[in-house]
Amino acid sequence: MNAPTETALGLTESRSPGGRILKAVTYLLVLIVFAGPLLALLVSAFSQVKDPTQLSVIPSGTTLENFRIAFDQGVLGYLLNSFFVVGFGLLLQVAVSVLAGYALARKVFPGMTLALVAILATLMLPEEILALPLSLILADLPVVHFNLIGTLAGMIVPLGAWGFSILVMTEFMKDVPRELEEAARIDGAGDLRIFAQIIMPMCKPALGVIGVFGFTMIWDQYLLPLLVSTDSSSYTLPLALRTLRIDPAVTPGVVMAASLLALLPSVVVFLFFQRSFVHGLTSGALKG
Amino acid sequence: MSLDQADPAAPAAAGPAAPKSGGQAGGGAAGRRRSNRRAGRWWTPWLFLAPALLLFLYFKFIPMANALTMSFQDVQPYLGSSWVGTENYSTVLHSEGFREAAWHTVVLAAGQTAGSMALGLALALLMEGQGRRLGFIRSAAFLPVVVPIAVVAELWRIMYHPTEDGMLNGILGLVGFGPSGFINDPDTSMASIMVTGIWRGAPYDMMIFLAGLTSVDRGLYEAAKVDGASRTQRVWHVTVPGLRSVFSILFILAAIRGLRVFTEVFLLTNGGPDGSTEVVMTLIYKLGLEQNRLGVGAAGAVLLFLATLILTIVVHLLRRRESK
Repeated sequence: MNAPTETALGLTESRSPGGRILKAVTYLLVLIVFAGPLLALLVSAFSQVKDPTQLSVIPSGTTLENFRIAFDQGVLGYLLNSFFVVGFGLLLQVAVSVLAGYALARKVFPGMTLALVAILATLMLPEEILALPLSLILADLPVVHFNLIGTLAGMIVPLGAWGFSILVMTEFMKDVPRELEEAARIDGAGDLRIFAQIIMPMCKPALGVIGVFGFTMIWDQYLLPLLVSTDSSSYTLPLALRTLRIDPAVTPGVVMAASLLALLPSVVVFLFFQRSFVHGLTSGALKG
Repeated sequence: MSLDQADPAAPAAAGPAAPKSGGQAGGGAAGRRRSNRRAGRWWTPWLFLAPALLLFLYFKFIPMANALTMSFQDVQPYLGSSWVGTENYSTVLHSEGFREAAWHTVVLAAGQTAGSMALGLALALLMEGQGRRLGFIRSAAFLPVVVPIAVVAELWRIMYHPTEDGMLNGILGLVGFGPSGFINDPDTSMASIMVTGIWRGAPYDMMIFLAGLTSVDRGLYEAAKVDGASRTQRVWHVTVPGLRSVFSILFILAAIRGLRVFTEVFLLTNGGPDGSTEVVMTLIYKLGLEQNRLGVGAAGAVLLFLATLILTIVVHLLRRRESK
């Protein structure tokens, strides 16, 4: 955010004692409301919570017991499934996006508008609406007749192409100066070479944006793994939380420990790439 | 955010990368003579687009086409399907359950949209400005957006524990309110899901509003000050009009997200208690995947798609008229 000196409300720059108190109270409330529940989750994960109704806000008897029980319940396997899906899913998504972005941004060809419209149209087709036919297709892919139900591949491949990432990549690649490409062409470089040695190195910031968005998007998936998985061996961690909760032997502390493992990766990615994230979020939304 | 939560707006440009000029590109061996005007052949761009288009074909377009055909059929896997015309649609439109679910969906979408936007704007106004501390608080407030929806649902389910010693009921008890049933009571279940949705949606809207606030003309604030406008007047007459386009964008995003709400309802109440929180998507899920009534489920999905489409087009037209 670049710095305006004046703000709409003028609260943040108020210097009077009354204004300061108001400021402190406001910030404290915001923290309690939005970060408080997550703090309770964190503390409960490390506390001995036996009572199924409680979360602890004050640490009591710090212990790793909850994690031990969670691992006994197979949480490690679910976590590995999640990492597998997000790792390969992101690789595929980024590769598909940069390739498509290159064609849309650097080429003029018949049928270009049609391709762009098709990609925009996919943004109107969320997986929720397609859930039923998608589950049938995953059970029997047209033409090749693979059955992806019950496999991790079934959770990865449908996320391989994401309209948002393709559009971000296209916008970025449009900004690479034409002269560089012309010069390389005169030197006899082909498309692949230009793509790999000129365009790609100049789009590193864009890779950060689609990387962080892609990660969060794939990590947060729920309906797709739900449609694909047949038994707990192919559950991702978010899916497994429900199974854990239903188990009468599992205390809320254990569910919170597993939840902590499920939220940590996306929170860490967000904190690390906060700039890219907020940047993509705001410019994306404001230019829409 | 599905990063669907943080599902950023359509045609997004993540800002221009500042390309460093200069630096001659690594020249290849100039042995091959090629025309440099028409680089590549006609199919080169299609080769680059092939992976994306193929994946979209398989997982977006074919499913959509199948949803359309299934919605006119009595679908029986392995037995063959028979055409039934618009029977599925009339089943859907005449079913009490679907009408109720549609109503719940609209209420939930409207409540979450309005709540998230109002709270998001308030947060943005309160936390606009600079400073490390402020940045830290903004990031902390934003955390709910990046927490997976499944975790949000489990966390709130425990917080909503309906007995007196449940976490939120404990807080209510401090200020003298009796214990609420929250998601276990048909009277409060919808509001409870809404609150959870707002908790996750408001910080997202806050970020967008903050970006919008930076583009409001500072000179107007000065002018308002000189004219002796109060703080409230300043916000109402200068800031809010300046954020008009942000409002409409957030509205489109939130409304579309709201109509296809599924995961939080599925995990918190699964439509209960007594169907008080059944939304269109949870109903479709039950029809299609639990009762195998695929044709009826597909008809519901097509109607949901049409609702989303109409909403998007209407808002776009309104925006276009406004900008003229």
